Amino acid sequence: MSQVQSLSPAARNKWLDVFENVLPKIVMAPTFVICVVFFYGFIIWTAVLSMTPSRLLPRYEFIGLEQYISLFDNDRWWLALKNLAAFGGLFIFACLAMGLLLAILLDQRIRAEGFIRSIFLYPLALSFIVTGTAWKWILDPSIGFQKVINDLGWTSFSFDWIKDPEMAIYTVVIAGIWQSSGFVMALFLAGLRGIDDGIIKAAKIDGASMPTIYRRIILPSLRPVFFSSFMILAHIAIKSFDLVMALTGGGPGYSSDLPATFMYTFAFTRNQIGMGAASAIVMLMIVVSVIVPFMYSELRSSKRG
Amino acid sequence: MIKLKRVAVALAALGMISAQAAEVEVLHWWTSGGEAKSAAELKRMIEAKGDKWKDFAVAGGGGENAMTVLKSRVVSGKAPTAAQVKGPSIQEWGAEGTLASLDSVAKAGEWDKLLPGVVANVMKYKGSYVAVPVNVHRVNWMWVNPEVFKKAGADVPKTWADFPAAAEKIQKAGFIAVAHGGQPWQDFTVFESVVLGVGGAQFYNDALVKLDQKALTSPTMEKAFDTFRTVRKYIDKDAANRDWNLATAMVINGKAAMQFMGDWAKGEFTAAGKVPGKDYLCLAAPGTDKSFTFNIDSFIVFKQSAADAAKGQADFANAVMSPEFQEVFNLNKGSIPVRSGVSLAKFDDCAKLSAKDFADTAKSGGLVPSIAHQMAVPAATTGAIQDVVTSFFNSNESSKDAVKKLASAAKTK
Amino acid sequence: MAEHSVKPKMGFGRIALYAFITYCCLYYLLPLTVMLFNSIKDLNELKSGNLLAFPHTVTFEPWVKAWNSACTGVTCDGLKGYFWNSVSFVVPAVLISALIGAFNGYVLTMWRFRGSDALFMALMLGCFIPFQAILLPMAQTLGVLGIANSVAGLIFVHVVYGIAFTTLFFRNYYVTIPDELVKAARIDGAGFFTIFRRIVLPLSGPIIVVTVIWQFTQIWNDFLFGVVFSSGERQPITVALNNLVNTSTGVKEYNVDMAAAVIAALPTLFVYVVAGKYFVRGLTAGAVKG
Repeated sequence: MSQVQSLSPAARNKWLDVFENVLPKIVMAPTFVICVVFFYGFIIWTAVLSMTPSRLLPRYEFIGLEQYISLFDNDRWWLALKNLAAFGGLFIFACLAMGLLLAILLDQRIRAEGFIRSIFLYPLALSFIVTGTAWKWILDPSIGFQKVINDLGWTSFSFDWIKDPEMAIYTVVIAGIWQSSGFVMALFLAGLRGIDDGIIKAAKIDGASMPTIYRRIILPSLRPVFFSSFMILAHIAIKSFDLVMALTGGGPGYSSDLPATFMYTFAFTRNQIGMGAASAIVMLMIVVSVIVPFMYSELRSSKRG
Repeated sequence: MIKLKRVAVALAALGMISAQAAEVEVLHWWTSGGEAKSAAELKRMIEAKGDKWKDFAVAGGGGENAMTVLKSRVVSGKAPTAAQVKGPSIQEWGAEGTLASLDSVAKAGEWDKLLPGVVANVMKYKGSYVAVPVNVHRVNWMWVNPEVFKKAGADVPKTWADFPAAAEKIQKAGFIAVAHGGQPWQDFTVFESVVLGVGGAQFYNDALVKLDQKALTSPTMEKAFDTFRTVRKYIDKDAANRDWNLATAMVINGKAAMQFMGDWAKGEFTAAGKVPGKDYLCLAAPGTDKSFTFNIDSFIVFKQSAADAAKGQADFANAVMSPEFQEVFNLNKGSIPVRSGVSLAKFDDCAKLSAKDFADTAKSGGLVPSIAHQMAVPAATTGAIQDVVTSFFNSNESSKDAVKKLASAAKTK
Repeated sequence: MAEHSVKPKMGFGRIALYAFITYCCLYYLLPLTVMLFNSIKDLNELKSGNLLAFPHTVTFEPWVKAWNSACTGVTCDGLKGYFWNSVSFVVPAVLISALIGAFNGYVLTMWRFRGSDALFMALMLGCFIPFQAILLPMAQTLGVLGIANSVAGLIFVHVVYGIAFTTLFFRNYYVTIPDELVKAARIDGAGFFTIFRRIVLPLSGPIIVVTVIWQFTQIWNDFLFGVVFSSGERQPITVALNNLVNTSTGVKEYNVDMAAAVIAALPTLFVYVVAGKYFVRGLTAGAVKG
């Protein structure tokens, strides 16, 4: 800085201005590089790989869209997509509903709120492997929940979804909701606590009932929280891999397969990296088509607000 | 810390730290008590030769995670010294140009004489040894609880034609006929025994090893699917996703009559204190007593940049093929030695029967690779066929449709 | 909704409320209870009974075994070494990714330049990349950089894929800091780092807590990067747990497995139970407001 100090004040200001203009960019430069190389660069690499006949290791020969054709010719892939829609939709909806409900309940000035909140939040702390394994044991008819109810006397009670090819994917929903709704609850609780009390009081003076107040005032002001929660839940749903592997292993058969597990199996176990890459690109396109509109509107509204 | 480093450097300079101490990094998924003991035995032998064992264990999915890690390591340029890879995948790795040759070791150890031709071929790529075999598992076993059969008044089925009658009697007597774990690889294991039993070794070879379309779409294959469907009738409704050892437990506890599983099931019986011939019987799956479906664990060796790596790999291969290791390892794991010249005195009757059949079928042509355990065809095809089999087993698909799907799956590249 | 000073009476509505909450609590506590109960059971009792039964005879042997002597490969030393392995890379990765996220958030809200918003949006995509898809290119890149199969490499990978989230958290939080504060400081002649140190950082308490908790949980619980980019004795605890639980052909000791699972989860559980209050407070302060 001594060099700068020896300049005239005008020159020094100009130097500082230039420096200050450049500094933020310098600070963000590593992130920029990371973004370009490790996000988009790798995505391009995967896209290139999806157009090669690579099997065990990458082999760079161009075969156009053949892998995609094989991919969509594959029954198992269609089932994985169907499962993603069912699981993703249910998971996101139920987590939002459950999270909101729990937040509203906790907001009612409950005794021991901190303790109860910990109970709802702790599942997030567990890794998906731990969650999947624990729920696998609970949902197993012969040693878990069904057996407990049977032992208690209701011998006709059956809950063998995890063994049923049609229903296995819904067990993943149950475990997923358990794991993630606590976080959504925390977000909604924070949102609820941030609502200005004055508006609520004014509405009550005007004679509005609680349900109306919720509908007209509270829920609309929670819109940003809905967005954030949706983003986070969608991210969890699409990447769901550990949970499925630990809970059902993709079974029975492959009936609870999701695109993430499909990609892993084909790329690494079946020595079909080209097809695995194609499935990854399709997964990404699904993500982009859902997330980008949301993000765009969020960014626009935050600029205004 | 610095002092120690100085001493080490000095010693190295004096050449007292032998350049002969190669580091052998071994990727495997033997993480259970019994297997770990066997692997520890190998470690002891390697270290006795002055090398250093670097353990690299990755469990899960019978090698799924390990294969992911292996590929990443190879791509990053840091392949391990040896990795647990078996079957046609060995040739696939060889085709990538990443494997080191064990020919000098094989010649010195006369491997061509010690291993049956079928086995040696699996270990080679373009005529050169790139892998070393560890054991031989027999997959087409049937584990039987004779008490249950006696109580039900049923005869142990010798062919698949006898099976329904026996299973009916057992079910009527209140037992579960077949203990099964509904995981894709187990479904596939049963299926391949059915194909072998219904069609014979020649048919099995044509259809599931050579992937001959005529064999795959033949009436024999349809019959195999029909029989497979019959087996499904006699498992219990909680079979889905059950681990194989829990199914074995059902036979041990007298809840079920039989299980179609490879010889690693024997370990469960032994751990429960059961005696072969008395508490349980080991028999070939119906219709397969003249055949032997083999599953061989093996290690491939990668090209390394370190100068002493070749010595490490040679030591490793020699240790694996040594009679001492073969005996200890296979006693612990329930399989039989892969090389000839190992005394079978300590092995039990089931193992002795297995070894005898192994030698006999090698000569008679009844020795076939297990497709369910990735010994027969490349991984992509195995996976596609497994999908067809397990989907058929878990649905009400007709055998005709299954045959069509099987034929198309066999064309997977 | 601010607190009143009057506590509500215990009418029917309140009772129903508490009943429903208790019912929900049971659903949430179920897996933890199952794991805890069964981790102190004898193996035979576990196999013959059902999962929710309280143990007849309590034994802590499974816990001792899980920590000290369970087999995770050829080595049968339990989880203890791997626990410290995880600590050794989680802490640096969390700190580095949080630091970078803080600076990024700061730049994106108070030192905007042309294209910075586009960069932010592009960065957000990083939250959604399926990690399986980048394993091979990352492995190749780490090899080229010379940090393949090392702790540094693993930290690097976690930082790279954590930046998207940390930037999101910090940026959404700093957006709520009034512009006037920064403008006034600049007029006074304060520079880039001075404003950060004197104004922004002191206000960042809540969001630092949120970010650190989130990153700690994500990185501690990660399995995929841990298994692919580390090996041998340097593997994280999640990989060791997986090896322990997923024996391929051997006798399964469910009680040891469950004890091991709880041990692996203890640090993150501890963080959420103890710091959960700060977590919510941090979120209240605007971590994820839109």
